[in-house]
This record gives sequence, C-alpha cells and structure tokens, in this order.
Amino acid sequence: MSDWRKDVEPLTLKGQIAIPYTWHVGDVGSRFLAALRDEKKILGSRCPECGKVFVPARKNCGACFVDISEWVELKPEGVIEAYTIVHYSHPIQPVKPPFAYALIKLDGADVGFLHLIKKDLDKLKNGLRVKAEFSGERTGKILDIDSFELV
Amino acid sequence: MDKAAIVGVAQTRYERRKKDQIFADMVFDVTRAALDDAGLTINDIDSVVTCSNDFYDGRTISGMAVGDAAGGMDKNISTVSGDGTFGAFYGLMRVLSGYKATIVVAHYKGSEGDVKITTNGMFDPIFHRFLGIEAISAAALQANAYMNLYGLTEEQFAEVSVKNHGNALNNPYAQLAMKITVADVMNSKKIADPLKLFDCCPISDGAAAIIIAGEEIAARSKKKPVWIKGVAHCCESYLLGDRDLAKPVALSEAARKAYAMAGIKNPLREIDVAEILEAFSYMEPLWLEGLGFCKPGEGATLIGKGVTGMGGRLPVNPSGGALSANPILVAGLARLIEATLQVRGEAGARQVDKVNTALAQGFNGPCGQSHCVWIIGGKK
Amino acid sequence: MGRKVAVVGTGQTYHRSHRPDVTSREMIREAVTSALADADLKIKDIDAVVIGNMDHFESINYVDTYSIEGSGAFMKPIMKVSTGGTTGATVAIAAYYHAASGLFDRVLAVGFEKNSESDTTGAIITCSDPIWDRFSYSGAIPSLATEATAYMEQYGATQEDAALVGERDRNHALNNPYAHLQRPLTVKDIMASPMLAYPIKLGDICPRSDGACAMILAADGIAQKTASRPAWFKAVSVRHTYTWFGDSTDYNKGLVSMQQASQEAYARAGIRSPVDELDVAELYLPYTWAGLKWIEDLGLCGRGEAARFVGDKNTHMGGKLPINPSGGVISTNCIGATAMLRVAEAAIQVMGKGGKRQVPEAKNALATGFGGCFWTDVVILSSERP
Repeated sequence: MSDWRKDVEPLTLKGQIAIPYTWHVGDVGSRFLAALRDEKKILGSRCPECGKVFVPARKNCGACFVDISEWVELKPEGVIEAYTIVHYSHPIQPVKPPFAYALIKLDGADVGFLHLIKKDLDKLKNGLRVKAEFSGERTGKILDIDSFELV
Repeated sequence: MDKAAIVGVAQTRYERRKKDQIFADMVFDVTRAALDDAGLTINDIDSVVTCSNDFYDGRTISGMAVGDAAGGMDKNISTVSGDGTFGAFYGLMRVLSGYKATIVVAHYKGSEGDVKITTNGMFDPIFHRFLGIEAISAAALQANAYMNLYGLTEEQFAEVSVKNHGNALNNPYAQLAMKITVADVMNSKKIADPLKLFDCCPISDGAAAIIIAGEEIAARSKKKPVWIKGVAHCCESYLLGDRDLAKPVALSEAARKAYAMAGIKNPLREIDVAEILEAFSYMEPLWLEGLGFCKPGEGATLIGKGVTGMGGRLPVNPSGGALSANPILVAGLARLIEATLQVRGEAGARQVDKVNTALAQGFNGPCGQSHCVWIIGGKK
Repeated sequence: MGRKVAVVGTGQTYHRSHRPDVTSREMIREAVTSALADADLKIKDIDAVVIGNMDHFESINYVDTYSIEGSGAFMKPIMKVSTGGTTGATVAIAAYYHAASGLFDRVLAVGFEKNSESDTTGAIITCSDPIWDRFSYSGAIPSLATEATAYMEQYGATQEDAALVGERDRNHALNNPYAHLQRPLTVKDIMASPMLAYPIKLGDICPRSDGACAMILAADGIAQKTASRPAWFKAVSVRHTYTWFGDSTDYNKGLVSMQQASQEAYARAGIRSPVDELDVAELYLPYTWAGLKWIEDLGLCGRGEAARFVGDKNTHMGGKLPINPSGGVISTNCIGATAMLRVAEAAIQVMGKGGKRQVPEAKNALATGFGGCFWTDVVILSSERP
C-alpha cells in the first residue's frame, strides 16, 4: 500500500498573502509623528501617577493604567542603552547591512527609544552619546528620523 | 494542584523541511501517537485545544487547518494563538473545569513562511515595524543589554550552544545535533552582534501533542501519569524600550506563582531537570536567572560550572532545547513533553537520573515578553 | 466539576466605521476601562486576561503581547484565543474556563477589531486552504449566499421574509447607543438595495466596524459580592467541525454545528423548550437569512417555520422571544468583538442594564457566535445561580 510514497514527487505551490493595511496612528501618535515631520521634535508624555516619561508619547500608562495628558519635549539626544550590529540583509530592512539597532535613552525620558545607527559602527559602545539626524524629506513616520549618530 | 495529569505525549521528528506532510498530516500523526502513548482512544477525549498562528501559517483562522486532524470533530474545541505551553495551560483549565481529557496540539512549518517578515509583525506597526526589526535583531539587543549589565562574554553564551547541540545527539527528535566547541561557535557566521549562527535556533518544521486528563482518565491511562504541580504565566510591557531587557521580570513572576502552587521553596534543590525555551544561547542563562535557579547575573556562571550539564545538579535541556530545533509554538510544548518523558524515566539516552520534579518553560512575544512556567512531578 | 462563574461587568466602545483617533491598543483600553467601571473594579483586581481578534485584519502578530498597555495585562497572565468569526465568544468561553478551573477569581475578556485598517474580504479569503480552496474562494458573502439559496429552495422562503430580519435588527439598533448603524432600514429599503450575490443584497449583510468589547467574569462567591445581579453561565458549547469547505455543503441538513452546540448547551443548562424557557437571544446573524434558517437550527421554531415565526413578530421587541435587542451583527460588526458583543449583550439583559433595549424581566439569555467554516459557539446566561 505505502510503496507509492517512495516515488512520490513532493510538490509545492508558491503564494503570498498580500493584504493592504492603513493603520490609524491615533490622536497621540499623530501628534508625535507630526512633530517629527513639521518641527523635527521628539515628543514624550509623562504619567501623572508614576511620573515616568514615555517616548514615543503614550495615551496611557500601561502599569498605572491611567490616562496621560502631559506632553514633554525631549532633546533629540541621548545615551545608547543597548545596540546590535546587523550583518544580514532582508527586504524589510530600511537600510543595507551592516547597520545597528539601538535602544537610546533620550535625555529627559525614562524609557528606551528604538532606532537605527548607520555610521561609525566600529566605534559603538553601550553608554555613548548619540543624536538624532532627521531625514530631508519627512512624511510623518518613524523614519522621519533618518538615524542616530555618535555625538 | 495534583488534580490533573499529563497522560500522553507525542512529537514528530523536527526537520528543516518536511516535504511530505501538510499541517494536518503532522497533527494527525502526533494526535494518534499521543493517544497510543496514553492507551486511550479519541472517544476518551472530550476537549481539544489547537495552537496556531495566522501569521506563521499564512492563513486566517489557521486553527481550521488542523481541528479535525486533532480529533476536534463534534467536540468542544478552541485555538490558542501562542506557544504550546499556553495552549497546554488552557487545556489544563478545561480539565479543571470538568472535561475528562483535553488533547493539546501545536504545529509549525518554518519552511513555508519567512520568519523575518512574520516576526517583524510582532512589533508595533507605527513606531517599530518600519525599522525592519524582527525576532533575531531584537534578541541581539537583549543579549547586548544582558552582557553589558553583568560584564558577560560571548564565550559564556557559546558554552550553552556547545552543551545543547551536544545534548541533542541523544535526542532522536532533534534537528541540529552537533558536537561543536566554543571556538566553532565563536567562528560561526556573524548574524547580529553578539549573536553568531550557532547562537541562534534553526528554522524547523514539526508538531507535538499532549493529553491532559483528570483523575478518572489518569487512573486508567497506560503510562504513569505525570501530575501537574504548579503552572503560571505572566506578561510584561510591550515596547522594547519600556523593558529592562536584562531582567526577565515576567518570567520571575510566573516562576514565583508556579513554585508557590507546587510548594517549591528552593528551585535549584527541589527541581531535578529543566527544559527551557532558549531560542538563542543567551536566553538559557537569562531564563535561569528569571526562574530563580541563581541570582541575577549568575546564570552564565552556573552553566560554566557545569551545574546545567547532563551530570550536573540541574541538567538543563537534555533534549538539546530550542537551539537544536525551534518549531515556534511547538517549541514550548516540546519542552513540556521532554520534561514529562524525564519524569516518566522514558527519555532514553537523554534521561537524567532520578527525576521526581521537572520544570518546563515557554514564551510568547519578542525577547520573552510573556512567559509560562510548568512544574510537573511523578508523585501525587 | 468546575466552579460556577458569572459575568459581573461589561464594556464596549461606541462602534464606528472608522476610529482614526485611536490605535487598536487605545481602543481596547476604552472597552476595558468601561467594563471595569461597570463592575466597579480596578485593574489590580483582575487576575488574568484573555484577548482575541483576527490577526490579518490589523496585521499584528501576538496581539496578546501587543495589547498589554491597553488590556491592562501588565505583569499579569494574558492568553490569546483566536477562532475567526467566533473569536469573541471563544474568548469569553476561555475566560469562563479560567474562572471555572479555580485558578483565577476575576478574569477580563477582550475582543476587538479595527476593520477599517485592512481589506476585510482580502483577509477573509486567506482562511481558505491555500492548496485546494483559495483559488476559488471569494469570501464570506458568496458562501452565505449559497446557503441562502438552498434554504429558499427547500422551504420556499422569500427575499422579503429574510429582509424582515434586517428591518427588525436595524430598528432594534435605534435603542442601542453603541450600535454602528443607527439608521432604520425597512423591508422595502433592503429589497431595493444593490444585489451582491443572489439573494444577498447590501441591506441583508453586516457592516464592517471598528470597536472593542470587554467583559469581566468572576467565580462563585466573588460574583455575588461584585454585582447585584450577576449573569451566571449556565452552559457553554462549541462546535468547530470541518476542515474542508466541501465537508459543510450539505445545506439540507441545516447548520449542523449550531444544532449540535445548542442541543449540548440546552442539555447542560437543563432547558427542554428553549423558546419557552429563554427570555431573550443575542444571535450572531451576519446576514438576514441566518435569522430564519439558524433559529430553526437553534430549535426556536420548527423546520421551515422561521419565516412565519419571525413574520408574526415573535422575535421583535415585545414578542415571545426577542432576538437581538442590541441590533445585532447587521448593525455592528467589529469582527473579533462581534461574538463577544452577543455574550456581553446577553449579560446586559440578564443583569437588567439594557436601558432602552432592555427586555423586561429577562432571566435566561442565549448568545451565539458564528464563523470559521460554518462553526458555532453557544452561551446560556441566567440571573439564577445554576
């Protein structure tokens, strides 16, 4: 009965699920992205209970579960908390490797801000200071910050 | 606890590419094998939980592909979208609510999708996804934060890879069984610093099934029931920057609850073997810290001293762990199955001596955001 | 056996076609906050969270971990349950098992969808088997239309008979401040609306909505202290049989999953004559024909009798067994929340919190979920502790 299995040719089909998405950024996120685009400013928000300053700005604090209404403008500068240099290439990446991802503690923020570092990769170290470089053409997205660079 | 037991387990061999089987084929095989293992028929099962993920399967309502194969026809069935340890948790709750026996299945075919695209989908669509970050680069950030906090070295992580790939030589289900050295790991291809190829899990295909039953079925199952002593899960903040990646707080909390349920006060002394989900080498020491087997920052030392080796006080991942096969979703269930085999004394060449109590752990989300911890044992 | 469990609070967003002012996570929090307020609890009182939606409607992998700041599950257990259209009900049922198991006392269940963010049909088509069905499957409407024509053929029901279900639900929605479509629709309007796939016209079918729903469940002993009139779970039942579309095309048998699940639920709840013993039903009726055929499968009337049963206004407000006082799915359809809204609305009725849509003295309520491949979930709630 099972002899046919020895000779069977395993076939595959190529496919792709391609569904277009239009994510609503929401009022809070929209103000954050518009500030990047129009004013080259990075906005955070401060929780009224725990006092934490979040960036990107949040509508509410997850831990305290209360609304946040206070906006805080952050310096586009901070310290590398963690980083990795990526050596592989994939179409989802916005830049050719090698490049780095870094969690950056912006001055005045209490949480890390995830972004890219493209230059001076051999000089990267935890604790070094970096500053945001804004893109020339900004459209209201996280890549309106082109990347961070060593100060 | 002690009101429910694991009475049947089964796994496929894990492989890079299962060309001859679709999801339902794999799930049917493990369902049947788990029933055989327990000495039960599908009629003994009155509840079914499948674990599947629409992203990984490239299919909306992905549970649809495997419900019947898991024996779900005309039965109460549901689908947990997440790791098998969470699916098993739901299965347990259904048994504690009155069902006689729940079969929990998980399947994954890494060969059919693009895991960088699907795990990029874990990240916030507005703030993070366009940066291109996915599971590997996020894990690398966590490894960096962990090393930086405690002054750890890449060689210390490499030891995990050496140990687990070596352990996999004893596991007939493993995909990547290799005798390698720390130098081999250090010289393997750079992926995302500090992670190199041998620090990373492979892409895998496979399925697994587990049967959780109440006392009535446990009393008549073929194999010695393995009792569920304690289990808990916990989730921390979402955005990577909101977390201290070097401190697995959700794992610590899940472990604390699971230990309290199981009456465990000193995990290193009271647990005989642990199967934990280390998709990347650094995760093993970090999770050991979260699980309270040592103080924060000392996980790598514990491994370096040989405590977690096959002859050590707490062998960790005798199966070879996720570094030796990582079918996502299945991987956590495989940990629970391996822990079950250890308690039964049926782990073959990878058996640890005198196992009374075993720990299994799995997680969901980037960098172990949401962890599930199981304590199981042979005696009621 | 497990512990007895009751709903002690519900919350929902105002449902709209688009919610550009919030992300999914922020929208989830609106429903959670409102459920907490309804139960007079704080997030710290919640022991575990269950959440669900359909991944490809927002393209978010691991919604459980994504949602933490909105669902309130920070440093709590959260689990994701996802089963297509039935998701909202299977999430509520999972929350029920969380509490019944004895492991958790107060459990939060969350269902949501932002259908405005994707191509709903484009996403739904991917539920079909990629090898065998996807090349020919064109979404939910044509497969439901096939079911409808089979029913018409079998029992001689007319398009006007079905349209009355739409008129009823859309009228009921006027009493529900949360409903998405708040414009009444008559049989005439529905008959005049554009044909999509015979016999389904635009007026026969549910909309796509943005919205979220949350429920708080509590175990026996705690439920009574939390709510003055908790809605007790009397029975839950699920049937998700059929892997292949071809397996479910024997329409002459009726909707088998609904027959099986409802019969099991009635037996578990000790209900012999559902139409007499139930006071209100919130049914997942995604199109008007379901309001005929499926109420037969639920045993609310005899085979082929639904057109007359509905035509005699037995299921309108004030009738023998009001169906969908909320306006139902035809008025609001945020898919991952849709089936949960049925359970939550049934709870609202039992708890006597229905305001203008309240059915007087509703004690026993039936809720259903529908989705997947002609799948059914059934929940029966009661003001009486079982």
